[in-house]
Amino acid sequence: MSDLNNLKHLLAQGKITRREFMAQATALGATAALSSTVLSSPSFAAAPKKGGHFTIGISHGSTTDSLDPATTSHTGTQLINHAVYNYLTEVNDSGEIIGELATSWEASPDAKVWNMKLQQGITFHNGKSLGAEDIIASFNHHRDEKSKSAAKPLVAPITEIKADGKDGIKFTLSGGNADFPFLMSDYHLAILPSKDGKIDPTGGIGSGAYSLEKFDPGVSTKFKRNPNYWKSGRGHFDSAEIVVISDVAARTNALTTGATLGMDRCDLKTVHLLKRNKNLEVNKKTGTQHYTLPMNFKVAPFDNADVRLALKYAIDRETLVKTILRGYGAVGNDHPIGASQMYFAKDLEQRVYDPDKARFHLKKAGMDSLEVTLSAADSAFAGAVDAAVLYKEHAAKAAINITVNRVPSDGYWSNVWMKHPWVMSYWGGRPTEDWMFSIAYASGAEWNESFWENDRFNKLLLEARAELDTNKRREMYGEMQRIARDDGAFVIPMFASYVTALSKKVGHGKIASNWDMDGLRCMERWWLV
Amino acid sequence: MVAQRLGLGLLVLLAVSLIIFLGVELLPGDLAQAILGQAATPETLAAFRKELRLDLPMHIRYLEWLFNILQGDFGRSLANGREISELIGVRLGNTLFLALFSAVIAVPLSLTLGILAAMYRNSWYDRAVNIVTLSSISFPEFFIAYILIFVFSINLGWLPSLSNVSPETPFWQRIFLLLLPALTLTLVVVAHMMRMTRAAIINLLASPYIEMANLKGMSRARVILHHALPNAWAPIVNVVVINLAYLIVGVVIVEVVFVYPGLGQLIVDSVQKRDIPVVQACSIIFAATYIVLNLTADILSIVTNPRLLHPR
Repeated sequence: MSDLNNLKHLLAQGKITRREFMAQATALGATAALSSTVLSSPSFAAAPKKGGHFTIGISHGSTTDSLDPATTSHTGTQLINHAVYNYLTEVNDSGEIIGELATSWEASPDAKVWNMKLQQGITFHNGKSLGAEDIIASFNHHRDEKSKSAAKPLVAPITEIKADGKDGIKFTLSGGNADFPFLMSDYHLAILPSKDGKIDPTGGIGSGAYSLEKFDPGVSTKFKRNPNYWKSGRGHFDSAEIVVISDVAARTNALTTGATLGMDRCDLKTVHLLKRNKNLEVNKKTGTQHYTLPMNFKVAPFDNADVRLALKYAIDRETLVKTILRGYGAVGNDHPIGASQMYFAKDLEQRVYDPDKARFHLKKAGMDSLEVTLSAADSAFAGAVDAAVLYKEHAAKAAINITVNRVPSDGYWSNVWMKHPWVMSYWGGRPTEDWMFSIAYASGAEWNESFWENDRFNKLLLEARAELDTNKRREMYGEMQRIARDDGAFVIPMFASYVTALSKKVGHGKIASNWDMDGLRCMERWWLV
Repeated sequence: MVAQRLGLGLLVLLAVSLIIFLGVELLPGDLAQAILGQAATPETLAAFRKELRLDLPMHIRYLEWLFNILQGDFGRSLANGREISELIGVRLGNTLFLALFSAVIAVPLSLTLGILAAMYRNSWYDRAVNIVTLSSISFPEFFIAYILIFVFSINLGWLPSLSNVSPETPFWQRIFLLLLPALTLTLVVVAHMMRMTRAAIINLLASPYIEMANLKGMSRARVILHHALPNAWAPIVNVVVINLAYLIVGVVIVEVVFVYPGLGQLIVDSVQKRDIPVVQACSIIFAATYIVLNLTADILSIVTNPRLLHPR
């Protein structure tokens, strides 16, 4: 199927004709019906066109934003990064890893040493040509002892980066990691031009499809097309602008009155009305973004596995998806792996609301009833407080009395999260199983929000990370999802979709689900029809 | 006397800066935590704080700030390292422009409405004006803004719902982009000024010298404009000035709804992220606005009152 995707990509870029596409797709075993559906979907019917001005209204953005990729933290700045910079690797619209500034890579058998070949003849917006020294300096910006980078834990296992010949670069890791190329696509790890071994983190110079024209934090960011962009079939707009519109009604008004051509985070309460507008399309992408309710594994009563199970059976996930997400999402199975991911355990039974089972586990834990406090604020996710109140109602049927402790949104992540025993949280998710498990579920991870420790799980995590055999990894990750689901100190009730609205004037291919806004690459990938 | 008032004003500014500084310090968390959020680790937090000198005790940071500001240096934003004077300059200009534009519409309008209401007291006109302006002040600002957007941007398509101006925007384009926010603010402030004008004049209408003027057979317009209004200026000016100050410091909701890059949004963002130097700079500007405008109000009421102008 990935070959077919490659063909689709080539076709979209105009590198092969429709006739060639049909012939080769049939050779791959795709039926004529399938190939013609590919051809007739609107995005492929019209080839991308150059030109025009693209404006998008984005919910996140603040006057305190900085261009430094080390502190990139929300969609607003993530989009800037993906327009202005390139990365070593890229996640494509099917969730597969492909090279960006790296053309190819190979690992040592223990996955500890990675050799990457770099693209040749690439120049940054300031005219400097790309070399291994830029990669090294860009990574050192995050690795440095004094670095304040949010990606520091991610690059910590890299013990050495060295230039390898004219066009190669060699990474040595402290432990094997089969997903290393995926990690390189992280939105912090942008490649910037170096000067004397240092990058200028806030200079806004990259090698991406657009050069930065004006950055006005919390207001707007303007871009101009990079005329020398090296990727073919990417970067179509002459100019583009990201406007920060934090008020959802204002964002919707801007789109419906034509002031912008797209918006993120539609208001789920009114999106059905937006769908009636004939000039707009509403897109829903369910990827890896999920909401979690981590309990502190180290304190009673959450140190008891049966109490944890009782709490997991006492939540009505379907109702939450229907009411909090208005159907724009999917139920979670108490583990953080999304259905679109490569090693998602399909055969793992979905946990459902069952007050009797909850009571049973409570009894097993030696309790008739349970009193717990759940701290919630809407900065965990929109609707977190409502979700907590609904949960309280669901759990009451299982003799579990949840007290909802409504806390201020302001300062939530520093004062409540990982401080109170049971809280609400969310994760944008990560493209690989290892990555997601490593940052938030591994023993000793900085962001192990539930302080959960499971020996078998941690052992499998290390083994699977260094394993290059796909089938063995599938088995291991399957078992890990089961362990997380049955033993983990967290309820993961739902996966939330990214809901965006676009003017019909905007053309696009298949929209990626790894991040919001077509994998954050809307400006590079979309065009005006 | 003005010098004494100005001196007191400076003292107030100092007190405000100290209170704001302590207030932001009292808020839980600091800039490093607010920026890194969920992604913070103890190590990155420490590095971040060291870079921003947040690891120093707070009295040292306050004195450093005070020392710099006395030399006219607002410092740099902790969050993105930009010069605060540059950050604030454009936004202050935007805020003042919107305030001035709204005032140019609102002040003459409310004075006229108020004087007419006093002239035709208890008439249908008086009641209608009262009902309309009091209703518009009773609705929250964002509601008025949404209604105006719904009618003028979405249904009629005459005016833009986004007021995204930049320093390069030409003057008339700017006026066009700002029509809806200015109209919203006008609707919000008119009632207060109109009612005060009406009340101040009506209050005087019971005085003997007005009765005398009436008995002399003067027209109602002449009695009110030439005899009542000059004595009513003091309270009216005070209310007008309070509303002007509100137009400068209190419009954050209107800024959010119309996505207008003014000072209000800047101070809200900065408080959320604990960017103390920016919060300080904004609050100093806001406090100075109140001090200067109140001083102006006092001077104006003295100027309009000969008895105060030539004290014995």
